[in-house]
Amino acid sequence: MNTSKDWPLWEVFVRSRRGLSHTHAGSLHAPDAEMALRNARDLYTRRNEGVSIWVVPSTAITASSPDEKDPFFEPSADKPYRHPTFYEIPEGVKHL
Amino acid sequence: MTAVTAETAAASTYQARFDAAVAADERIEPRDWMPDDYRATLIRQMAQHAHSEIIGMQPEANWITRAPSLRRKAILMAKVQDEAGHGLYLYSATETLGASRDELLDKLHSGRQKYSSIFNYPTLTWADVGAIGWLVDGAAITNQVPLCRCSYGPYARAMVRVCKEESFHQRQGYELLLALSQGTQAQHEMAQDAVNRWWWPSLMMFGPPDDASAHSAQSMAWKIKRHSNDELRQRFVDICVPQAEALGLTLPDPDLRWNEERGHHDFGAIDWEEFRQVLKGNGPCNEQRITQRRRAHEEGAWVREAAAAYAAKSASGGSGAPHESAASEGSGTKSGEAQVEATA
Amino acid sequence: MTAALALGDDALVLSHRLGEWAGHAPVLEEEVALANIALDLLGQARTLLSLVGDEDELAYLREERAFRNLQLVEQPNGDFAHTIARQLYFSTYQRLLYGQLAAGDGELTGLAAKAVKEVAYHQDHAEQWTLRLGDGTAESHERMQRACDALWRFTGEMFQPVEGLDVDREALRSAWLESVTTVLKRATLTVPDTADTGAWSAGAGRQGLHTESFGRMLAEMQHLHRSHPGASW
Repeated sequence: MNTSKDWPLWEVFVRSRRGLSHTHAGSLHAPDAEMALRNARDLYTRRNEGVSIWVVPSTAITASSPDEKDPFFEPSADKPYRHPTFYEIPEGVKHL
Repeated sequence: MTAVTAETAAASTYQARFDAAVAADERIEPRDWMPDDYRATLIRQMAQHAHSEIIGMQPEANWITRAPSLRRKAILMAKVQDEAGHGLYLYSATETLGASRDELLDKLHSGRQKYSSIFNYPTLTWADVGAIGWLVDGAAITNQVPLCRCSYGPYARAMVRVCKEESFHQRQGYELLLALSQGTQAQHEMAQDAVNRWWWPSLMMFGPPDDASAHSAQSMAWKIKRHSNDELRQRFVDICVPQAEALGLTLPDPDLRWNEERGHHDFGAIDWEEFRQVLKGNGPCNEQRITQRRRAHEEGAWVREAAAAYAAKSASGGSGAPHESAASEGSGTKSGEAQVEATA
Repeated sequence: MTAALALGDDALVLSHRLGEWAGHAPVLEEEVALANIALDLLGQARTLLSLVGDEDELAYLREERAFRNLQLVEQPNGDFAHTIARQLYFSTYQRLLYGQLAAGDGELTGLAAKAVKEVAYHQDHAEQWTLRLGDGTAESHERMQRACDALWRFTGEMFQPVEGLDVDREALRSAWLESVTTVLKRATLTVPDTADTGAWSAGAGRQGLHTESFGRMLAEMQHLHRSHPGASW
């Protein structure tokens, strides 16, 4: 992966318990994926914070750039009907 | 419009957006535009914070092998381990600003970046482990809790994690001192001696007085800092006085008394000359701390190189052992997701 | 009780040695990993010693001759390769041993069932590093080979009989040898062909006979506790 002595950076995602998705926890350095996984286990789940871990090389992540921020995210900002709070429900009606 | 003025116009739009976000108490995230000074200030502060965690392992690790009960030994090992972990969270957050950890460590090792001066004081007795937990971690927490609302997202998130984990650090220190204070005469004296030595350096941890603090005003405006040095110091003193009483120990300040009018405790003058001297490198342990850190790094170089060489060989399917990919390796990893079942 | 004492001392002493790494590890991530292992072992030690008596009295007030740990675990940390070789030899033994105990129904069954999961992780950690050091650079290969060779003569003791430890020692030895051989070969290292025990009829750690560095380790570990007789901490 690299020939330098500096270990690459990995992003760590932790599933805190069954039924939830993996959430970004932070990053760490490791020489390869196997060690990254083990380091992540030691570092980010010392207190039983996780049941499963993903590690991804930081360089493998493609992010939307800030310039794209507006066209990327604004269209959804004006669709309040996607959110449950958009709808008015008579008081006392439950399970909605 | 010329190209230059267009650029200037764009920059001021970004600046306006940044200012508005900070004013609205929104978080700034890594890929957002931010002023160069803001970035530099964060890197300086976060790196110093990370370095402090790492150097801070040393004075306490000094007592791991001599901890007087197995229960205390386990607590101390877990605490020193947490400090390594907190250093890693903070380096990780700092890296989002484009500063690599190697670069930051290099600056620490060459003295171009600092760590908290408190760790340049020695741990001479077992009671010092308690005094560090109660006073040093107490001061650190007073400083850190407001940082959980710092304007830079990754720093704020790292601090949330750190503060959550650190809640046990201060309590274990207090409990340790309480056991000593209520123990034999010799233990009680050991506890008092430690508090005498750590009290003033702990007050210095909040930094110079507000009128002499070089970075404070701008950091407050950027909402990196939420309270002034003196404000936090006062808060800490007010918290500690009744805690010391409950411990049955005294704080080494003849001028310490409640001021009804202010609703706060007055306290004596801090020896800022000592602070400056320790900061400059003349503290009792500056040389020792940085030498140990540098040696650990240098002596570990062959290990880091070996692992990097192995990874390179494995990736190219080269000599030696056949490549075992994360997907095919047996120990808990499955295809698709590299997955570890936590056993801790 | 002899068995709990022997295994408890193994865990106590190795945990202490690993604790000496704090602040000295080759990379920050490894500070966390080594401390995790040390904490697991200390937890095991406390459970085991408590089966025998008061954990602190046993840890702090016994003389060197009363400790029943293997000489392997008391060996000084040396460089990182020595620590990893010691981890590889010991954690492989401990996992196989606890695996056998967990399958039985003696007084150590409960503890072994819990500890075997921890120890499996220790073994994995040691194996991963053995591969990287053995098959990393020329320097790391040489250091790792030297460490494996130097510690080999302490491995035979693991398969000596221990009173009250009801295990199939022959099966243990052959499984251990197979596991260690596989890892060393994958790491391009040579399995030492020298004697696996020291030439001294007086015995070794399980009989209370230790190596020179152990006395100093105990002096450091016990001095504070012993300086305040009867104090609580």
